[in-house]
Amino acid sequence: MCAVRYWRAAEPKTTYEVVIVGGGGHGLATAYSLAKRHGITDVCVVEKGWLAGGNMARNTTIIRSNYLWEESAAIYEHSLKLWEGLEEELGVDVEFSPRGVLNLAHDLGEVRSSMRRVHANRLNGVDAEWLTPEDVAAFCPLINISPSLRYPVLGATLQRRGGTARHDKVAWAYATRASELGVDIVEHAEVTGFLRGPGGRVEGVSTSRGEIRGAKVALAAAGHTSELAAMVGLRLPLQSHPLQALVSALYEPILDCVVMSNKVHVYVSQADKGELVMGAGIDAYNGYAQRGSFHVIEEQLAAAVELFAIFAHAKLLRTWGGIVDVCPDASPIVGWSGIDGLFLNCGWGTGGFKATPAAGWAYAETIATGEPSELVRPFSLERFTTGALIDEHGAAAVAH
Amino acid sequence: MLLIRCPWCGPRDEIEFRYGGQAHIAYPADPDALSDADWADFLFMRDNPRGPFRERWYHVHGCRRWFNAVRDTSTHRFVATYRIDEEPV
Ligand SMILES: Cc1cc2nc3c(=O)[nH]c(=O)nc-3n(C[C@H](O)[C@H](O)[C@H](O)COP(=O)(O)OP(=O)(O)OC[C@H]3O[C@@H](n4cnc5c(N)ncnc54)[C@H](O)[C@@H]3O)c2cc1C
Ligand SMILES: [Zn+2]
Repeated sequence: MCAVRYWRAAEPKTTYEVVIVGGGGHGLATAYSLAKRHGITDVCVVEKGWLAGGNMARNTTIIRSNYLWEESAAIYEHSLKLWEGLEEELGVDVEFSPRGVLNLAHDLGEVRSSMRRVHANRLNGVDAEWLTPEDVAAFCPLINISPSLRYPVLGATLQRRGGTARHDKVAWAYATRASELGVDIVEHAEVTGFLRGPGGRVEGVSTSRGEIRGAKVALAAAGHTSELAAMVGLRLPLQSHPLQALVSALYEPILDCVVMSNKVHVYVSQADKGELVMGAGIDAYNGYAQRGSFHVIEEQLAAAVELFAIFAHAKLLRTWGGIVDVCPDASPIVGWSGIDGLFLNCGWGTGGFKATPAAGWAYAETIATGEPSELVRPFSLERFTTGALIDEHGAAAVAH
Repeated sequence: MLLIRCPWCGPRDEIEFRYGGQAHIAYPADPDALSDADWADFLFMRDNPRGPFRERWYHVHGCRRWFNAVRDTSTHRFVATYRIDEEPV
């Protein structure tokens, strides 16, 4: 493990080539990729709070690439390959742990769609296996495969290369390396408006720490994207929802893989320290309060206890929420906004942590060249007009 | 859990309700005249403010009626709930 040298706290200059709004995983990975791959180092990341204190600090860190559709498989698989080389690339131990991800199937419909996904994954070069209930029990002995459960385990898909990583370390590593390459990271500067030039061109941002000009402005603000877009009169197909997660007290190692269930809606892994990390589905309503309703936690725990009887003894340590930006087709939007000078990276919703390396890679290329990277070409804002949606609702197992 | 005042049944627990997204989006008067961009706007584009938001709720495990609400998305606090045929107070 290399010693980590952290980023410089920069004073904002008046002008940059690229201004990135949002210092979460995506903004930082984009800044790093602009500097590293495209030689664009005159970059400023503007963050309203502290670095990576948004969804980046709140997610349950599940990484996998077994999405159904080709467009999704391409970008998430590229991301997984980048994860596999990330510690070498950044020279930091980000605790990437490919421990295997199980997606359980609980009824005949789920069995069929899971098998279909396994085949689709294999055709797209994504590792995927179908496990019978007995295989599931062999892979993860803790799971209750009794047929008498209300939602019995009828099988599961397994992606062995999937797993988890330490979210904070990922953000800090990108920030550190980007900063070394010359990127300015400015925390506690909230973007409150956009500077407009001839023809409405976006030429920079107004922030709580003054105006910052940028030839290109790139949003990476996750759940807050609609608020920012509204400042330039842009309406997006996004809704911001609370998404909650929780951890238990610390326990001995009992679970060495990631288990996800769409039907009963819980996903769980055990952190190295020993907490059981669990997440649920979104709260149905729109919300910016970074908290949700307790019945969502209650339902998720009921599901977890049915699948893992031993969890009934676990003590809940804390719960929290993030603000996730969800698209109607549960796929992201990456590319040009339709307004000169302004780029969008949003709509990653409940599942963008795993995409961090590839989102940074592809967004940086799009910003640097002005042309969409092939990986994100299908994820344009235009798809809502052409109708070429990429429907990953349900198709991609649980959406995290 | 939110306590939601159904205009017909009074205050009830959130678990009795289903969320219906942004309110007051009327079906296009002349669908044949819509361009692809107009359709995208009607089908997919939505307001997503931080602050007061007019939205629809469905009392699915109660009177099974739809109604509208104004709710502050920054606090989740309901400002008002009102019947479909009413204006918010
Ligand atoms: C509870 C939970 C569990 C999740 N689990 C998973 C999972 O298991 N696997 C997975 O792949 N994904 C998961 N996700 C989703 C994932 O966290 C997000 O998709 C991803 O983090 C979004 O990209 P980001 O890191 O850049 O976002 P963020 O970290 O939210 O970054 C956006 C940044 O923009 C800043 N910002 C916003 N507005 C402004 C402004 N006006 N001015 C300046 N800065 C601004 C914010 O402060 C924030 O730091 C989960 C999310 C949550 C909430
Ligand atoms: Zn009612």
